[in-house]
Amino acid sequence: MRQPSLAHVLQPKWRTALQRLREERERGGSGKLIILALVGGAFWAGVFGVLYRILRTLRGVEELGPLIPGKILGLILLSFISILVLSNVITALSSFFLAKDLDLLVSAPVDWLRLYLAKLGETLLHSSWMVALMAVPILTAYGVVYQGGVLFAVYALLAIVPMLILPAVVGCAVTLVLVNIFPARRTRDLLSIIALGAAGGVILLFRVIRPEQLARPEGFRNLLDFVILLRGPTSPFLPSEWASQAIMGYLRNELDPFPLVMLWSTAAAFVTLGALLHRALYPQGFTKAQEGAERFIRGGLWRWTVGSLLGWLPVAKREFVLKDIKLFFRDTTQWSQLILLAVLVVVYLFNIQALPLHRGEPVGFFYVNLVSFLNLGLAGFVLASIAARFIFPAVSLEGRQMWLLRSSPLDLRALLWSKYWVGTLPLLVLGLILTGLTNALLEVTAFMMILSLATMAGLTLAISALALTFGTLYPQFETENAAQIPTSFGGLVFMMATIALLAGVLMILAQAVYTYVRSAWEGQPLGVTPAMIGLFVVAAAVCAAATFIPLRMALRKMESFEF
Amino acid sequence: MIRLENLTKLYGSFVAVDDISLHVPRGVLYGCLGPNGAGKTTTLRMIAGILRPTQGRVLLGGDDVHVNPLSAKMRLGFIPDRPFVYDKLTGAEFLRFVAGLYGQEGDSVERRIAELLEVFELTSWKDELVEAYSHGMRQKLIISSALIHRPECIVVDEPMVGLDPKAARLLKDIFRQFVEKGGTVLMSTHTLEIAEAMCDQIAIIQHGKIIAAGTVNDVRRQHKAGDASLEELFLRLTGGAHVRELAEVLGR
Repeated sequence: MRQPSLAHVLQPKWRTALQRLREERERGGSGKLIILALVGGAFWAGVFGVLYRILRTLRGVEELGPLIPGKILGLILLSFISILVLSNVITALSSFFLAKDLDLLVSAPVDWLRLYLAKLGETLLHSSWMVALMAVPILTAYGVVYQGGVLFAVYALLAIVPMLILPAVVGCAVTLVLVNIFPARRTRDLLSIIALGAAGGVILLFRVIRPEQLARPEGFRNLLDFVILLRGPTSPFLPSEWASQAIMGYLRNELDPFPLVMLWSTAAAFVTLGALLHRALYPQGFTKAQEGAERFIRGGLWRWTVGSLLGWLPVAKREFVLKDIKLFFRDTTQWSQLILLAVLVVVYLFNIQALPLHRGEPVGFFYVNLVSFLNLGLAGFVLASIAARFIFPAVSLEGRQMWLLRSSPLDLRALLWSKYWVGTLPLLVLGLILTGLTNALLEVTAFMMILSLATMAGLTLAISALALTFGTLYPQFETENAAQIPTSFGGLVFMMATIALLAGVLMILAQAVYTYVRSAWEGQPLGVTPAMIGLFVVAAAVCAAATFIPLRMALRKMESFEF
Repeated sequence: MIRLENLTKLYGSFVAVDDISLHVPRGVLYGCLGPNGAGKTTTLRMIAGILRPTQGRVLLGGDDVHVNPLSAKMRLGFIPDRPFVYDKLTGAEFLRFVAGLYGQEGDSVERRIAELLEVFELTSWKDELVEAYSHGMRQKLIISSALIHRPECIVVDEPMVGLDPKAARLLKDIFRQFVEKGGTVLMSTHTLEIAEAMCDQIAIIQHGKIIAAGTVNDVRRQHKAGDASLEELFLRLTGGAHVRELAEVLGR
């Protein structure tokens, strides 16, 4: 029998993607695309601008100048690879074992190799597109600073593509092995193990590369040690290092085909090995993954604890909140992300603690306040990423059950209220802890502490509202894996809108902080002026508007949902 | 009890439901018949308030479903054709959640849950996550959830799909008793024997329009069908020639 082509096997996927694009265009007109292009362009320009300035400055530095950009690129690509492996492992679980089209594909006379390549491609695309997009302004900055020319784009693509393929193959293979090792009926709980493994991996990686060393050149006995560290490869056996060598070699006009050959030959070998592993293990793993989970739950623990605490709420709201909490903690695709979150917070605090601000020398009041203030933006970004993971998918996850909610007398405001507060409260606690702890580590003044905590509270309320609203405006009712929902078009728009909000609020407050720091600098009495109060009010108004207006939009959109 | 007035639903330029008017009185089991894609499910979903009509209105016990949704929906129990429920809740938790949506809680709800699970033979499964339920068990759970708040009318899309013969028989009995006590049932079905055996009145829908309505005898009279079975009548009204052509194609 003649086998269908790979393109044919993948046809439903790209046709669906095209149709989604068409629907988006019809629904929002071209205005939405233009806004996306503008915001995306601004984001790219921002990343490009920052890196361009750094690279330009470094190029002018003697001795270290040529070494540091290569090191930075190596570290960036290494972090890309670690994100990609994790993201591929998670995506592979749904695309190889839980996807809805598998029944059709597995029961059809499609050979194992086509199935493997189709699913590998799907996994690769789903988990790598964001990293690939992020790489564009970074590599452009390198290309422009080093005058790589147009051909550099082609060369960079040749270096980056195999670097994306390798983690996809590894991720799929890890998932395949784990599904086979795990007892049947527990395969769906794999993500918790994966998350734990990833958490350990991140910490290990962090300790191996010790990026804080680069920020403390005085910690080395002499300049030579520092140069040796810079010259040495970060991780010689990883494809990120080969890609970095290939790219930097091209840019320094020291063209060496070896790294590229290594990348492509390793990618080809890995795909082959991955395919062989798939042939050997997939049928058994697929069968195991199909068996339903065996979960017997007696406990009314949630009802006695959270249920009692929420006793003051009307019954519909209470049941809704309880339901959302139970679903979250019973769904490994959801709660396992908390482990990663905890690692992220630890790494974050470690970074702040490692900053060379308090090491014996007189503390720079200006720098401490600057870092504390900029930290608001960074913490806001972390919260936005968390909101994208947990709050953005909230409405999409109701999709299949929307028949019940819409046919019952549940007020949609109650639904929105429950979704909003179930997501916002933990986020608010985390945001305040993160800001409070970092400020305590930085030993900031009471003024900065209060300003930071109040700003963080306002931003968190707004970020949650934006996440819920964009999740409602761009719902993904058909998505099989909650972890995939934030990587949709709507998720991207949400992140961009949040970055704009963060930038806006920080720009408003910057003037107030500047006035405060200048007073200290000039030895004038520190105090809150009416002008500063005016700025605080404007910032609060922006946060309030970014909370209430989106929530109203979400309610209106929800009322128009049809199923 | 259920009144549809000039109900129309457009999907872009496609007319899914075309100016349907219908009255289902209290104490009647009404069947909606029609070929696939005729507009039955769309009509039922508009009655349940899940879809908004492009034109016309739906009244449940006098309340417009889209103007006074909360009071209209309090009277309604809706059973969809596809049993999507929260996989990570247990059967009992799901029923408790649905009762909460209707503002009900406490001992009376617990008793009702126990009663419904017993009737549908799900008691031993009540603490098991729904993800472990079979299709038929999920369907039974959804039927239980539609009955938990003691609705005045039930709108049900393809009620027998996925049910074993015993459960199907049970459901027929439940609907019959419900109607005898003054409740109203509006159901869509493809199973003509069920419609003929259970329904007091029927409407045949095709291309989004009602092409025949009344008791089965009324429809026979209207279309001078003598004592033809409902199946023959249905095929005649909805294009039975296609079925014969299909049989020929398959037989080649």
